[in-house]
Amino acid sequence: MFGTGLLKGLGVTLKHFTDTFTDDRRKEPSRYEGSIKLDDGRRIIDQPITQEGLLTIQYPEERRLLPERFRYIPMLLWDTEIGEDRCTACGICAKVCPPQCIWIVRDSDENGKPITRPAEFYIDVAVCMSCSFCAEFCPFDAIKMNHDYELAVYDRYPQLVYDKEELTVPLEYYAALWPTQFAEEQAHRAKEKEEELRRNEEKKRAAAAKAQAKAAGVAEAGDGAAKPKRSKEELDALKAQAAAKAAAKKEGGADAGAVETGNAEAPVAEDAEAAAKRARLEELKRKAAEKAAQRKKEGGA
Amino acid sequence: MSEATMVAAPPVADPSLPYNDTVAGAVVGTWADDTDQALFVAPDKLLALLTHLRDAEQYDLLSSVTCVDYSAYKGKARAGISERFDVVYHLYSTKKGGGPVRLHVRVPDGDTVPSATGVYPGANLQEREVYDLFGITFEGHPNLRRVLTWEGFNGHPLRKDWQEAYFDEETKPFKNRHPAGSYQWHEDKLPWGDNNTYPAGWDPDSWEAPVSYVPVSQAPHRGFGELDTQSIVINLGPHHPSTHGVFRMLTRMEGETILALEPEMGYLHRNHEKIGERNTWLMNMPFTDRLDYINSMSNNLGYALAVEKLLDIEVPERAQYIRVIMAELTRIINHTWSIGFILNDLGALQTPALYAIEEREMILDLFEEVSGARLMCNYMRFGGVVRDLTPGWEERAKYLVHDRLPRALDQLDELLSGNEIVKARGRGVGYLSAQDLIALSVTGPMIRAAGVPYDIRKAEPYCIYDRFDFDIPTLAESDIYARYYIRLLEARESVKILQQALRDLPPGQINAYASATLSQGFGTIMGGKGGYTFRPVEGEAYARVEAPKGELGYYIVSDNKTNAYRYHVRSPSYINLNALGPMSVGYKIADAVVILGAIDIVLGEVDR
Repeated sequence: MFGTGLLKGLGVTLKHFTDTFTDDRRKEPSRYEGSIKLDDGRRIIDQPITQEGLLTIQYPEERRLLPERFRYIPMLLWDTEIGEDRCTACGICAKVCPPQCIWIVRDSDENGKPITRPAEFYIDVAVCMSCSFCAEFCPFDAIKMNHDYELAVYDRYPQLVYDKEELTVPLEYYAALWPTQFAEEQAHRAKEKEEELRRNEEKKRAAAAKAQAKAAGVAEAGDGAAKPKRSKEELDALKAQAAAKAAAKKEGGADAGAVETGNAEAPVAEDAEAAAKRARLEELKRKAAEKAAQRKKEGGA
Repeated sequence: MSEATMVAAPPVADPSLPYNDTVAGAVVGTWADDTDQALFVAPDKLLALLTHLRDAEQYDLLSSVTCVDYSAYKGKARAGISERFDVVYHLYSTKKGGGPVRLHVRVPDGDTVPSATGVYPGANLQEREVYDLFGITFEGHPNLRRVLTWEGFNGHPLRKDWQEAYFDEETKPFKNRHPAGSYQWHEDKLPWGDNNTYPAGWDPDSWEAPVSYVPVSQAPHRGFGELDTQSIVINLGPHHPSTHGVFRMLTRMEGETILALEPEMGYLHRNHEKIGERNTWLMNMPFTDRLDYINSMSNNLGYALAVEKLLDIEVPERAQYIRVIMAELTRIINHTWSIGFILNDLGALQTPALYAIEEREMILDLFEEVSGARLMCNYMRFGGVVRDLTPGWEERAKYLVHDRLPRALDQLDELLSGNEIVKARGRGVGYLSAQDLIALSVTGPMIRAAGVPYDIRKAEPYCIYDRFDFDIPTLAESDIYARYYIRLLEARESVKILQQALRDLPPGQINAYASATLSQGFGTIMGGKGGYTFRPVEGEAYARVEAPKGELGYYIVSDNKTNAYRYHVRSPSYINLNALGPMSVGYKIADAVVILGAIDIVLGEVDR
């Protein structure tokens, strides 16, 4: 009969409508099951896979619960345990970045010698394609993906080019966003540390054993079992060569000594340095919060 | 093939080379160690060989036509060859299935190649693309003009000596990003001044966009007897909600009837292939997401398969299953989406579309949970997938494929299939015979709705599709209604595959690089903290997958560098548009909207 198909279809829509309607009229609609209510009346909705009916999330009052692996733009981690950037300015993230939106200036000490710390770190987040390769390939767990997706600003440049301060977040922030991955990494780090300790221990033991063996060897040398590998003349010649080289080096680089003394002073100044780092972290946090507030203000204006 | 060409054939034809016994002198050489059969063809014998392959050898589907500019090639395979370009053809058989015949025609700069459109009409758009991007002229092409770029575009962008505005370096990573970090702001460079160049003798001010192209200008006008009537040209698009993006249908109308229709595209062209050649192999993976942005998972899969062919790596079992699960979930997303929007185009605004994409939300939630993104998943890697499934993911996916999805598909069926309006608008509209569709290189649900049981998952199984029990549904009608209904049937088959894959999903590793070491790579390849770059062996590979929209192929050429030498995407959306014009002629203009909708295009993939 003509029209039965239409009526059947209308039946489907009617059922859909009543299902959604009655569910929404309930005291606690099913879409709020498992949702997190925030203090300011907002909700974070965990959309269950059993959810029936059409569901609208009333953004911005309601937001979706983001899965841990959600990736938006990268963030740099500030290791609060040791009080410094995890980034060593190795540049792997910049090399692996598909749109090439990361650029890094490596820091250098007062003598111009490059050190493992970034002086500047920029990400053009308008170019970033959220692929998370930087986080995937960073060998130091220094760059991870942030969950903050509300980045709207009026001008792309310079607001959407994030500098190091804007990108830096404390480790706790990352631990809260990516709990599973963070726990895995911590376990891995602990294991590596243990391994290193064990290796050092072994090395020490091996060295001790070697020294012992050497001592024994010297004691036994009397009967000529252990012959020196080089003759005395050869050894003298080598020594003379090394001395000449050292002299040439001293003449060439007067600043070589300065580096050494700088290193020698470092342990003394450690406490002061740690304090400075802490202060810098506070400053960073404050600035990031300020910038975020400013962004939001501009966005709302 | 005429007798004269037989006589004129040079007597040096090597009989040991394939097809030389029937088309003497056509094949002049092969590449020795090649996975697919690559044959070098003499340009003057090309058409004869194509005709022979089509008629006698049943290679009826001209899958891909593309070109490689070898002028900057560093590999050894091209030593002693002076011709700059290779035009590359891939032929498949929809009757026999199996692998391709790959033909290379070597062309010096400035030379012409005979157009294959006479043998395979489907070469139309692809030869235009090669003409546009490489500047190779195809002799005998009926409508050879630029297709992705506009007429005032200077140069041919896929030639190796062409450089884009804001050109940085030939290949990534760019050296100026680290350790000195001297990045030049794009904003600091003049956006509309110096970087705009025009071809010699081109005056942008005096140029007017041609309104009627061939075949629109040559459309026959019948008139109505004594009445003095005119045919008019109507532009549907580029900004029109029915075109699913920025796409123009140039139509010549007589009353409401379409006399000729010409697709115009390229508004979203971003030179994806050039970007791909600048990228390292890995970097290109997230760019493939952006092709057909509804189905990023199957795009990833196709690209991963192509590179794996070059690298020759084995993918672990678990990763194989995960890949199949993702690809089939994507197919369900695409088909429900496409059904919804066919109905949208029919005028059933929003209700069917919203019902259809309800399940899509749930699938996207699953994607987001494993990959971190709903659309731009970037989930596959060479040798596997990037991350394992999360705890509880399998249970949710099982609930989805055992309970929700079958229910939702039944509901869609009930809502739409019996609907008298859908039937009235869909039955008998947009008909094209199966033979014509294959000749036009159309693939995917379109030819299955015309009764051709051709599906790459069965014809040339990739991944582990040969392990699953599923059917290839076909319908004979080849009209809008059949194209709508075939998608529903295919989604049901996908559910079947998913149920089996989730049942059999084994534990184990999710990528090969966790254990394997490769001679080409830096120790481990693509491992999270391991190497991020590698050099595949010199050679070429073509991998294709049955993407939801049709045959998605990736053709890559490597010269043992960290970047692809040539990277080409055979995109189903683009090539299926070959059929749009022939399909629409004779129907009403309102039907053209649905005919386009039933081809199911995504402009990100059409324009690349």
